[in-house]
Amino acid sequence: MSSLLSTPNSGMHPIGEISRRTKVRDRRWVDAAFRWFCVATALLSVLILVVLLVSILIQGYARLSWHFLQHYPEPEPRWAGIGPALWGTVWVCCVCGLFALPIGVATAIFLEEFPPQRWWTRKLHNFIQLNISNLAGVPSVVYGILGLTLFVSLAHLAGTPNQPAWEIGVRYYDQFWSLGDRAILVPITDPNAPPTLAQAGMQAQDYDGHPVAVTIVPSRREAADSPEMLQYTLIEGRVAGRITKSSWYHLRLPLGRSVLAAALTLMLVILPIVIIASQEALRGVPSSLREAGLGVGATPWQVVRHVTLPAAIPGIMTGSILAMSRAIGEAAPILIMAGAVFISTSPSSLVDEVTVMPLQIYDWASRPQAEFHELAATGILVLLAVLLLFNSLAVYIRQRTQKPLT
Amino acid sequence: MSTVEIKNPPPIVTVPTRGDVDDEQHVGNTALRLHGFNAWYGTYQALHDVNLKIPEKQVTSLIGPSGCGKSTLLRWMNRMNDIVPGARAEGQLDLLDLDVLSKMTDVVALRRRIGIVFQKPNPFPKSIYENVAFGPRLHFKIRSSDLDQLVEWSLRKAALWDEVKNRLHDSALSLSGGQQQRLCIARAIAVGPDVLLMDEPCSALDPGSTARIEDLIFELKEQYTIVIVTHNMQQAARCSNRTAFFFEGHLVEEGSTKQVFTTPREKQTEDYVTGKFG
Repeated sequence: MSSLLSTPNSGMHPIGEISRRTKVRDRRWVDAAFRWFCVATALLSVLILVVLLVSILIQGYARLSWHFLQHYPEPEPRWAGIGPALWGTVWVCCVCGLFALPIGVATAIFLEEFPPQRWWTRKLHNFIQLNISNLAGVPSVVYGILGLTLFVSLAHLAGTPNQPAWEIGVRYYDQFWSLGDRAILVPITDPNAPPTLAQAGMQAQDYDGHPVAVTIVPSRREAADSPEMLQYTLIEGRVAGRITKSSWYHLRLPLGRSVLAAALTLMLVILPIVIIASQEALRGVPSSLREAGLGVGATPWQVVRHVTLPAAIPGIMTGSILAMSRAIGEAAPILIMAGAVFISTSPSSLVDEVTVMPLQIYDWASRPQAEFHELAATGILVLLAVLLLFNSLAVYIRQRTQKPLT
Repeated sequence: MSTVEIKNPPPIVTVPTRGDVDDEQHVGNTALRLHGFNAWYGTYQALHDVNLKIPEKQVTSLIGPSGCGKSTLLRWMNRMNDIVPGARAEGQLDLLDLDVLSKMTDVVALRRRIGIVFQKPNPFPKSIYENVAFGPRLHFKIRSSDLDQLVEWSLRKAALWDEVKNRLHDSALSLSGGQQQRLCIARAIAVGPDVLLMDEPCSALDPGSTARIEDLIFELKEQYTIVIVTHNMQQAARCSNRTAFFFEGHLVEEGSTKQVFTTPREKQTEDYVTGKFG
């Protein structure tokens, strides 16, 4: 060092002295080391994923079949399938997307495209923004509890999950078994009425809804012997069982442990993600485009409809893909609100009971037998396949709509 | 015209004025009238008590150093500053008989009558045709054959038709910067405005494109009242009839371009147009 400091005023740059202690070799070494470190970390994450996938593939591949995709989860592992959970996931995720995407994108448009003008709208903006940021960090179990209270039982304000306060698209019947082993139905107007007793003059019909004349006899012995007569003969005073026939538009309040309740709960989980991603996408649209729209006399709505939203669609799609992937894999909130119940049929209306694949996998994985663990692995394969299918569809749409902006 | 001998004639004067109006008398009707106009951004006052008449079917240029409020004034003329948080204005700003600043004014209709062209070309990421057709579709119920004609008329008016007539449905972003800016002008005139505002329309362009836009401005003034904000004093001298000089939010001087550049009344104006500051 003394050699440098000894000639501070010589007017020469002391490069000759300094250049002996060059950093070129250190620099190259550090650069190369850092690059290899990055490669190693990247490979590590990929490696973990590959190990995971391979082990699941080995475990679960053997049980993968059409039968597995279609069949219901029988207690016997050889015949068990994932059908109801697969369709449950498809139903729940589609309905969830139908609610979450419009609401989320609309909220983002409100927050980004309509800047607050007055003090109270500014307060409202800040309040909503703060809440969305907070909601994004809330654990999904909490949303499960909220969904259980709000959607499943409507906060106990009206009706119960079993006795809805309001209902359409469903008809109630009391069902008798005739002496000739045939179902005889009696339509019921009040689902809470006590079960009907077999008596003369009932408005009876067969299972397809055609009215039938029913003979009521005091006892078995008094009935006619012909098999045709027996088919429409009931013993007086017999108690019926209550059944329902629901159409595809069946709806009720409270929603109960249904597709709609599960979808709305998942909507709460993914809404913050959708909103924040859409906001980012809208923020990425150059303000010069907005000014161009306003400058030729477009209303704010027309600017959103024709300029901002088309330009932001790719970003919104990316965020929505992430959000929907989360919704597909989410088990906790649905476990809270629907429970791991045995469901043997796929949903056929929005208020049918539902189970989803993560729940089914959880159910199988928590059993002691090895066969069920294999079923769980197969279930995971199906779940991943559905996830990839949804994602590639969304990526395809994104590619189709993507255009350069400036 | 009286010739005034000036010492140290500013270099700018050697550029011949393209303005065919070189006298003070021929001003014509007033298109835009500002009276006691003040504008703020939050608590910062950007413009102080501006009184200015902008004549019809002439080019008026607003000049002055950065931050002098000329762009602010331009953006208030068609209420583009509405979307700027904290921006407000007081005073009188009239377009012919219309009170521009009134809350009752239909901003959308106002912007149809007062078009604007921005500093950076900002075509929509749509086709050339769609860019020009965008405005008319918003305002008029128009048949597609009429729309075709209108698009052609606008593109011809903006001196772009010959370059793009064979690729109307290509992306507007495939055009060069100068072509894009002329497309923006075509888009602005397609809705049939009375006034065209131009906020430094050439500052992002090369000299060749700038010259084409200037020629265009000169032709467009036959039909439109043009207000142009520019940092380029040669440009102001070349293509404007009247010039207003702003400094620190005040209108210092306004007059015919020739007068402002050759015989400025105020010392500040002279210093600015001769390049002593700014």
